Amino acid sequence: MPEAKKKKKQPSIPMPKQKPEDRIHNFNEVALGYTVEQAVAEAERCLQCPKPQCVKGCPVDIDIPAFIKEIKEGNFLAASAKLKEKNSLPAICGRVCPQENQCQKFCVLGKIGDPISIGRLERFAADYERTKGVTVPQKHDSYVKGRVAIVGSGPAGLTAAADLAKLGYDVVLFEALHAAGGVLMYGIPEFRMPKKIVQAEVDYVKKLGVDIKTDHMIGQVYTIDELFERGFDAVFIGTGAGLPQFMRIPGENLGGIYSANEFLIRVNLMKAYRFPEYDTPIRIGKKVAVIGGGNVAMDSARSALRLGAEKVYIVYRRSKEELPARAEEVENAEEEGVNFRFLTNPVRFLGDEKGWVKAIECIKMKLGEQDASGRRRPVPIDGSEFVMDVDTVVIAIGQTPNPLIQRTTEGLETTKWGTIVTKEETGETTKKGVYAGGDVVSGAATVISAMGAGKRAARSIHEYLMKKKGGKKSKPSSGG
Amino acid sequence: MHEILKKLELAPKIKLFEVSAPEIAMKAKAGQFVILRVDEKGERIPLTLVDCDQKKGTITLIFLEVGVSTTKLGALEVGDKILNVLGPLGNPSEIENYGTVAMVCGGVGTAAAYPIAKALKNAGNKVISIVGARTEELLVLENEMKDVSDELYVSTDDGSKGHKGYVSDVLKMLIEKGYKFDLAYAIGPSLMMRATANVTKSYSLKTIVSLNPIMVDGMGMCGACRVTVGGETKFACVDGPEFDAALVDFNELIQRQCVYLSQEKEAMCACEKSGENKHA
Repeated sequence: MPEAKKKKKQPSIPMPKQKPEDRIHNFNEVALGYTVEQAVAEAERCLQCPKPQCVKGCPVDIDIPAFIKEIKEGNFLAASAKLKEKNSLPAICGRVCPQENQCQKFCVLGKIGDPISIGRLERFAADYERTKGVTVPQKHDSYVKGRVAIVGSGPAGLTAAADLAKLGYDVVLFEALHAAGGVLMYGIPEFRMPKKIVQAEVDYVKKLGVDIKTDHMIGQVYTIDELFERGFDAVFIGTGAGLPQFMRIPGENLGGIYSANEFLIRVNLMKAYRFPEYDTPIRIGKKVAVIGGGNVAMDSARSALRLGAEKVYIVYRRSKEELPARAEEVENAEEEGVNFRFLTNPVRFLGDEKGWVKAIECIKMKLGEQDASGRRRPVPIDGSEFVMDVDTVVIAIGQTPNPLIQRTTEGLETTKWGTIVTKEETGETTKKGVYAGGDVVSGAATVISAMGAGKRAARSIHEYLMKKKGGKKSKPSSGG
Repeated sequence: MHEILKKLELAPKIKLFEVSAPEIAMKAKAGQFVILRVDEKGERIPLTLVDCDQKKGTITLIFLEVGVSTTKLGALEVGDKILNVLGPLGNPSEIENYGTVAMVCGGVGTAAAYPIAKALKNAGNKVISIVGARTEELLVLENEMKDVSDELYVSTDDGSKGHKGYVSDVLKMLIEKGYKFDLAYAIGPSLMMRATANVTKSYSLKTIVSLNPIMVDGMGMCGACRVTVGGETKFACVDGPEFDAALVDFNELIQRQCVYLSQEKEAMCACEKSGENKHA
């Protein structure tokens, strides 16, 4: 049998995971990562296509076959360097990118068997480099061409900041919270995205020369216009989608009803799972219902289990097929014992005499005609109301952009959904010198699409400043 | 890191800190607040800005020790540093010349009311202040309030100083005596703000309250501070903290302040019920 054919038949190497019965009692990472042997074996399956299809699916244009080849040959640090040519945050992407819809979807091996596990290999290379000590590329400090303010230190902001720093710009990254990383810190739980890994990636961006200022809420302490007054030549807004959506049904302000943001901020950013060692508490009941079907809902449900809830339900108004969460996360949640209540929608929340939620009145749904998103619209079934007893509810039905910057910046056009209007290819907004990207433009999406937007914006900020400054060298101005 | 430059004990468990925070001092206006975190394991604590000194680059904070976090904060000394201070947050008070304004303040709420009274006075208003507390030794900023008020009245629940009873009773008394107010501010524990709102409603006196629900991020992300105002859900952190008292659902607010609770916060609510401010 020719080698190529043999490879096609080989299944991909599974990544070791903590057993469900163990992991529901801890917040440690569920997926354990490949060993050296596993990584090399998986890399050997790669056909090294002369015209690689996988690259088409990568929003940041990583030379995928090249980094896999380095792993296959045992050059793990070279593999990581290859990744970092395009992606400053590979340890993060290797963990949370939906590779099944991106690079791996195009892998030719996937037509017959399992595609190459590109994400797992990316994670392996990044983790290997971190344990060996990260190498920082040399800075172009000989030609600083201007000062750029980046607002928001999530995936979009970190990427834009890193790319601009590598190009030699003087970059200040403003973060409103007390820790940099955005959704990677406050939103995605420790068991899926360990915070020390996020901080290692943030440190890498710092080492590139980016000045990170936490506790700076732009729109409050400085407006966008004031940033220009303080000597910045361009601004990138990557403030994400941090405004929680509520259902707007009766009883929603009862005690015990959290937005997913509040629930996850308490658990992840404030480390309430280590209360009372950490001062921030979280109150979790015995029966928890999480409303929604995305990754945030899965994260909330799995966190609730780890905090000691006896029963955790996911209440979703469509069916399993329409779940927007990654299949892998749904599978993890199922393995851990999360109960799914599909085709079910809350109508109102019922409280006890103390104002604490004690039940949800739900209605059964059926799938009707296709809606604008191409999914079948859920419609309530008359008379199918029933009551679910719960004592904690997490509302995870989506986030929209925080409106603060939009509200305080003249000349910045927004949509009716509160997102900032930009030219897609460049990230240019309607305000001169101001660029935006990530969830604040697209609405809640993925880490990697935000990084792609951060990259594109960095490129166009570079072009804008080269043009504006005539490509000349100039000294950084003071202030800021 | 933000150094503590001055520390005073105003009353048992009520402390004043002057903290280095030049960027916040340059920008803050009356009615806004900050969120601070004492150390790496600390909670995010919202505190009203009492004063700012742009030249010195300092902000003044006053707080009541009600739980672990505020007690930890209160244990810091001059020269110690606070890890995180974020601000200014929230919307500034709308300061203009309304005419005659009643400032009704309860407990540590007086500290939050002081910069607003000062700004209103500077804008040309006649400011008539009523400051109250459970008992005389818990009265704070009485002299400072006197300095920015045309008239000042004091009440204590136990009658140890001034009128015996509640600040809302004093306001009612003044209105019945013939005082004409164009606007009232009520700042203090939720029960006190509710009582004041009930008084002013019957005289159709427009009243602004500054709410202090539980907050986590303070920037519109978590929704812990949601309150129902005029039938709509608002976030006190970014839509407030000031709202029209007549539209606020105080019962829900009070329930939400009390219901979350680990024992520590139950203790905080107990404090509030007994007439103290729980602004942290």
